[in-house]
Amino acid sequence: MLVGAASTLTFGVLVWLFVINTPGWARVQESFFDPETALAAFPRVAEGFLVNLRILVFAVVGVAIVATLLAFLRTLRGAVFFPLRVLAAAYTDLFRGIPLIIVIYLIGFGVPGLLQTRISAELLGTIALVITYSAYVSEVIRAGIEGVHPSQRLGARALGLTHGQTLRLVVLPQAIRRQAPPLMNDFVAMQKDVGLVSILGIVDAVRGAQIEQAKYAEFTPYIVAAVLFVLLAIPTIRLTDWVSARLRKREQMGSVV
Amino acid sequence: MSAVLELTGIRKSFGATPVLRGIDLELAEHEVVALIGPSGSGKSTLLRTINLLEPIDDGRILLRGEDISDPRVAVDRVRARFGVVFQHFNLFPHLSVLDNVTLAARKVHRVPRARAEERGLELLDRIGLAEKAREHPDRLSGGQQQRVAIARALHTDPEVLLLDEITSALDPLLVGDVLELVRELAAEGTTILMATHEMAFARDVAHRVVFLDGGVIVEQGPAAALFANPREPATREYLRRFSAG
Repeated sequence: MLVGAASTLTFGVLVWLFVINTPGWARVQESFFDPETALAAFPRVAEGFLVNLRILVFAVVGVAIVATLLAFLRTLRGAVFFPLRVLAAAYTDLFRGIPLIIVIYLIGFGVPGLLQTRISAELLGTIALVITYSAYVSEVIRAGIEGVHPSQRLGARALGLTHGQTLRLVVLPQAIRRQAPPLMNDFVAMQKDVGLVSILGIVDAVRGAQIEQAKYAEFTPYIVAAVLFVLLAIPTIRLTDWVSARLRKREQMGSVV
Repeated sequence: MSAVLELTGIRKSFGATPVLRGIDLELAEHEVVALIGPSGSGKSTLLRTINLLEPIDDGRILLRGEDISDPRVAVDRVRARFGVVFQHFNLFPHLSVLDNVTLAARKVHRVPRARAEERGLELLDRIGLAEKAREHPDRLSGGQQQRVAIARALHTDPEVLLLDEITSALDPLLVGDVLELVRELAAEGTTILMATHEMAFARDVAHRVVFLDGGVIVEQGPAAALFANPREPATREYLRRFSAG
């Protein structure tokens, strides 16, 4: 414990000394780490951050629904469902391949163009996030579904549960528990990708920082935004670690869930 | 004698391998029938075809005179009339013991939760596990889990109880409690069809023993008679090897 603290402290001091002795440090400090600018920029960046949070909340709900639906479609058996399976597979291939930023442009500018109406950029940004992240998350859920032992399905069907009930009450809860760590990883990734919707002109934390940056002609506002995103991510990251550790412990005890 | 279950000419193949090659079997109300036979003789498959977990290739299954092998039948409704207990329990690890026991009643039979739990606790009390109601199955021993699985199958008052080698995966020390429970159920008049390797238990509890080999019924008869005087050479050979251990 003591050794750990001492070694961490020593390491930290060394890094610090190295950074502040680099030739450009004074200038970088001025344009990236200016406390006065940070304080002045904070209100607008924080206000923008609330927009990010709002988008995040709706996007998470949307992803949960769409991803589960996609995973369900891909697990359907029987020739009748072949077209649905293929469509779902094509969807996940396509949207895991296209860079998120392109999806945001396509949805953000393409959909209003198609419909010839004005649609809130925030809504379009949320839809773009849901489209891309559902492709990833559905694959995680599908892997979880396939990891649940077939005997579980058999036990449920033997009780008279329908295919849908079996999936909803028996298979999915186990699949999601098992896949909690990767699912939460995707959640952390989405928390920060929410910042990309700023390209649609939404005044979120990133856009807010950009406006402040133009005003003060320095980059400190971006650091303010970055700190806010990190603060948002840390609890989820810690929670992910905790959940993973707990799952590992239960698995070592000999049970799967 | 009214037949609860009537199988005629059941055939089933997995790919090119025939597993059931024309099975005729009747089960009367309150009757306990033991299916014995070597591994791969088709015992488990037969049980699974009966509650439609495996579709049959040919033949007919009547449940109280109703043809349940008709492709137009609502399979989920039919399965709800059977109770099944598997070799590996197949309890749901994410649900508490009580939720495992009451799931079918609540979701399939639409029994209100309070009433389903009342009956569930009665059953758990009966198998001596009432204090484990809120635990998850992984906290229970194999024997306890299997008794919970039996309680789960009984909760909805099935017309026939299908037991698929329910002691094969258990520690020998834990087999006794499970068999005792089945013995009680049999004595109460539950209609039971069980695949088993427990010969002594089959002799004690079953009214009739059916010897299955190579996907056909080789011989059947009252338990005492079949064990004492097997007529067919294959039955004799099987029982001899069994008692030799």
